[in-house]
Amino acid sequence: MIVVVDYGVGNIASVLNMLKRVGAKAKASNLIDDIVNAEKLILPGVGAFDAGMKTLRESGLIDVLNQQVLVARKPVMGVCLGSQMLGRRSEEGIEPGLGWIDMDIKRFEKRPERKVPHMGWSHVSCNYEHPLVQGLTDESRYYFVHGYYMCPDNERDTLLTADYGQKFTAAVAKDNIFGFQFHPEKSHRFGMQLFKNFVELI
Amino acid sequence: MQRKRVIPCLLLKDRGLVKTVKFKAPKYVGDPINAIRIFNEKEVDELVLLDIEASILGREPDYELLAEVAGECFMPICYGGGIRTLEHAQRIFALGVEKIALNAAALADVELLRKIADQFGSQSVVCSIDCKKSLLGRYSVYSQSGTKDTKVSPVEWAKRVEDAGAGEIFLNSIDRDGTMQGYDIPLIKSVVAGVHIPVVACGGAGSIADLNEPFEQAGVSAVAAGSFFVFHGKHKAVLISYPDLNHSLSGNK
Repeated sequence: MIVVVDYGVGNIASVLNMLKRVGAKAKASNLIDDIVNAEKLILPGVGAFDAGMKTLRESGLIDVLNQQVLVARKPVMGVCLGSQMLGRRSEEGIEPGLGWIDMDIKRFEKRPERKVPHMGWSHVSCNYEHPLVQGLTDESRYYFVHGYYMCPDNERDTLLTADYGQKFTAAVAKDNIFGFQFHPEKSHRFGMQLFKNFVELI
Repeated sequence: MQRKRVIPCLLLKDRGLVKTVKFKAPKYVGDPINAIRIFNEKEVDELVLLDIEASILGREPDYELLAEVAGECFMPICYGGGIRTLEHAQRIFALGVEKIALNAAALADVELLRKIADQFGSQSVVCSIDCKKSLLGRYSVYSQSGTKDTKVSPVEWAKRVEDAGAGEIFLNSIDRDGTMQGYDIPLIKSVVAGVHIPVVACGGAGSIADLNEPFEQAGVSAVAAGSFFVFHGKHKAVLISYPDLNHSLSGNK
């Protein structure tokens, strides 16, 4: 069973819709027992960093998540804000992140030729082979909506890169911890492939 | 760098899909769920779904329909119509719709944009602006599905909504709506130049060449169209289509 952590912020319904489409057994939950019994976890998230972290903290789930991800080493996939929350901190706010990946979240500067937020479809390039991004082709495109981007300390933690007037990290991967800046649940069959890969990860 | 987004804009009325001309004479074009399923199969970049009578009737969004819509959409969707409070917006986001568009509610209380943006991020808050040109060539923002002149200039209003927290502007030309005679480039250009947030242009597309124009001449982030995607041929038979953008729009891979 895949558990989508329902801490009150985020695109839970769309993520569940996509999981259903790829035939995965999944549910949304905010119960500690469900998280402990889950095979894999998805951390969704939409909106502002501080609002997301604060709500997650108030949900009382951070301890069990730390335990399940860092000690039990369950696969976890952050999506959009959920992905940014894997980092230490964000320029968007003052709340600390989960700190599972050594990275800070930075703001896209506004420039005359570049509107912010970055909103739309972009192609990504893959930095190294990984089962999570199996089946990606040159055609694969993903839907992004974000004004801030992930900056991992270690180059190796960047799995996918995209370009928005500058190269930036579109996906991170470190051991059992993964995060997508874009919305795979809203990226047609290209995102479906990623969900399928996550579901099939062993 | 980034794919040019082309967005079908679908209008809801009485749970049916309609298409208007200059915001008038809504013509029934089909069942929304069926249409959305087809657009999903065609892998459209995004969908905009606007309930054109919710605000006028003072009715809340049709959450049941939206839940069904979201279940069929594996692409981003923006919904507008009848959203007047943070709670309305919250309910829509919870269904799996990632953007909401405010129009009348923003005109009534621009702070609502801020309230929603603070909680859900500005990327999820679109401000929809309906514009009309006067006989003397002055542009003005209209409310209530194009029936009321607010006497505010589109550029001024766009700047204000950006300051208030909107993350995107959906700019509609009432004069061009349903005419399929091309976008109102001067209007679009002036708004794009006035803000830092993405602008989506809507109203007037009748051909692929039309879709290209706002990108080339006005620097928009996306274009939206209605008639172009639902009508076919000179007799305007209803037939849903979506061009292969990889080949038809310049600059798209």
